[in-house]
Amino acid sequence: MKKKIRGIISSIGVPRLLIGLFLIALFVIAPFVDVRVDTSINDVIARFGMNAVLVLSLVPMIKSGCGLNFGLQLGVIAGLIGAVTSLELKLTGFAGFFAAIGIAIFFAIIFGWLYGLLLNRVKGDEMVVATYVGFSSVSFMSIMWLILPYKSPDMVWAYGGSGLRTTISTEGYWFHVLNDFLKIELGTHITIPTGTLLFFGLLTFIIWAFFRTKSGTAMEAVGSNPEYARSCGINVDRVRIVSVIMSTIFAAIGIIVYEQSFGFIQLYNAPLLMSFPAIAALLLGGASVTKVKIWNVVVGTLLFQGILTMTPSVINNIIKSDMSETIRIIISNGMIIYALTRRMKVRS
Amino acid sequence: MKSQDTLNKTMNPVLKLLIDYAVPIMFILIVVVATPVSGFSLGFLANEIMTRLCRNSFLILSLLIPVMAGMGMNFGMVLGAMAGEIALIFITDWNIVGISGILLAMLIATPIAIVFGYFAGVVLNKATGREMVTGLMLGFFMNGVYQLLVLYGMGKLIPITNKDILLTRGYGIRNAINLDGIRQCLDNIIKLDLFGVQIPVVTLLVIAALCLFIVWFRKTKLGQDMRTVGQDMEVARTAGIDVNKTRIVSIVISTVLASYGMIIFLQNMGTLNTYNSHEQIGFFCIAALLVGGASVTKASIPNVFVGVILFHTVFVVSPRAGKELIGEAQLGEYFRVFITYGVIAFSLALYAWRRKVEQENERKKAMILHKASLQKQGKGGVSLEKIDN
Repeated sequence: MKKKIRGIISSIGVPRLLIGLFLIALFVIAPFVDVRVDTSINDVIARFGMNAVLVLSLVPMIKSGCGLNFGLQLGVIAGLIGAVTSLELKLTGFAGFFAAIGIAIFFAIIFGWLYGLLLNRVKGDEMVVATYVGFSSVSFMSIMWLILPYKSPDMVWAYGGSGLRTTISTEGYWFHVLNDFLKIELGTHITIPTGTLLFFGLLTFIIWAFFRTKSGTAMEAVGSNPEYARSCGINVDRVRIVSVIMSTIFAAIGIIVYEQSFGFIQLYNAPLLMSFPAIAALLLGGASVTKVKIWNVVVGTLLFQGILTMTPSVINNIIKSDMSETIRIIISNGMIIYALTRRMKVRS
Repeated sequence: MKSQDTLNKTMNPVLKLLIDYAVPIMFILIVVVATPVSGFSLGFLANEIMTRLCRNSFLILSLLIPVMAGMGMNFGMVLGAMAGEIALIFITDWNIVGISGILLAMLIATPIAIVFGYFAGVVLNKATGREMVTGLMLGFFMNGVYQLLVLYGMGKLIPITNKDILLTRGYGIRNAINLDGIRQCLDNIIKLDLFGVQIPVVTLLVIAALCLFIVWFRKTKLGQDMRTVGQDMEVARTAGIDVNKTRIVSIVISTVLASYGMIIFLQNMGTLNTYNSHEQIGFFCIAALLVGGASVTKASIPNVFVGVILFHTVFVVSPRAGKELIGEAQLGEYFRVFITYGVIAFSLALYAWRRKVEQENERKKAMILHKASLQKQGKGGVSLEKIDN
């Protein structure tokens, strides 16, 4: 019996179990401290839709053995370029949304390719190099946002008229196009953003299907045993670059989905630390530095966003002060450290 | 043995020098171009650089010992900075001023830094091979713990009597604390005026003492052990060195030194940004060290000083140069953040790339030697030229 329990615990994983129990406890306490459970559930679903694609974008690089994509910001920047360009072209509704994605994919392919070339040259040190590539690309783009010739009065500073604003509203362009597509209202407090969830489902299916194809299997082979893959005649470096481009494209799409739901495009330093919560969510879902499954994305995002939604409201009402930011920092970064310090299992 | 000769022949020495010192050379170029554009007078610049040299050198010197032990850039130095800040909060609360305040702060910071450093060392030992990214995450993680302690713990669990440094709600430390009691009290003990440049002699002496300590430390048994561990952990282990312990000690020393460095840094600044001061410290110090020509495996005392001078000259002149060139001061501001991150990205990538190339060369060399020995015994049939291709 004891062995069985221990087996169950180790299969779920201690941190996941603790966070899961913590989340359940928060939901149980919620009604007693005047926090509505239905609005909380609504928030969790909405945030899940916002963030899930960003988390999903990490999968290809882990599969190919490039590790956690600490350079996620590069994809986010491609997405931001797509978003502001579609606004500049005054495209609205689905046309604007998909135009943004199209432009973003174009830039993501270029960025991803260069980023992949770099990562191939720093094998073994991908993560620390990626972190600083992410940071420096965000600060480089801060300069570019100031000097790129965007003209739309909705986006540039009202006075002076040069440089993009730090936050740009997507209202009147493609705000909530996915969220409102086929949305279902349950009662007065729960709205299910069907379109966003369907879109996430579609992207997840694409990833899932890709790893059933020949190139997908090759990518997994490169990740689990590069020497073996090479002896099978797989071009390891090329496969790794493909995985990096895929991750970058999905991150670009991810940020656009995030913006249509959130309502704002955030430029300059906003994307600086975006890779950490996404990585933490995936790790919370049960992924490791070298292993990942699609369900890790779903479970991880739900748990992580659940914690983010519930801690401010519930904890605030208990101790009357806002500790949510601190708790978020500790949980997300603690999760990443936990994953980094686990010994890699001997590869078969 | 023709193929061996081609292998042993290294790159063109000029090219090698250029690649080895790409970052410092780039910075010298920026300094040469941007300084005249900025229009600052030489006297002003000299004063600024002297201030920053005294402010930052101690912190950057604290990075040297983990490099020696093969643990790369100690991104976990942020933990030491936090320990120093906590100590400063206490002495401000108790209203202990002057040199005695600084000495007491160092005394309080030491045990906190030892605990933080020990924790960091244990974690980093579990992440052998990815120390740097783990150290970076440790900094972010401990920032949360620090917030928990300072923003929620102080005034509640930890008694703070001075109402001036507490938030109006009665607990938690304010965003900014005035360190009037100890402001520049180390710098001002003896201040020389040399051609209009203010020189804080005592601070420089403290920095010099640390340099001597590091030079001496390298020669001790522990220092030698660290270098062995840094070169090859397996060799160190067979030589009977407790590798894990040695690595932890190197991080503990670095963290304690970083906490002192932070106290020196903040006495010069005169204000403590309770929740921001430490965040950027790690990045700036590491960037400066790399600009000075250090790499992940090799960092010396001259690297520190060359780095501080080059990095901070660019830091001082770039906003003004940006304004003069493009008419946008904000641009120079972003530019200096960009170069900070860019320098670290570039140096780390360059280092990793070179290591990969070296490993490949080693492998090729070993293969050729192996085949050659087989050939000698008359067993190998493969010619050397063939392998070389």
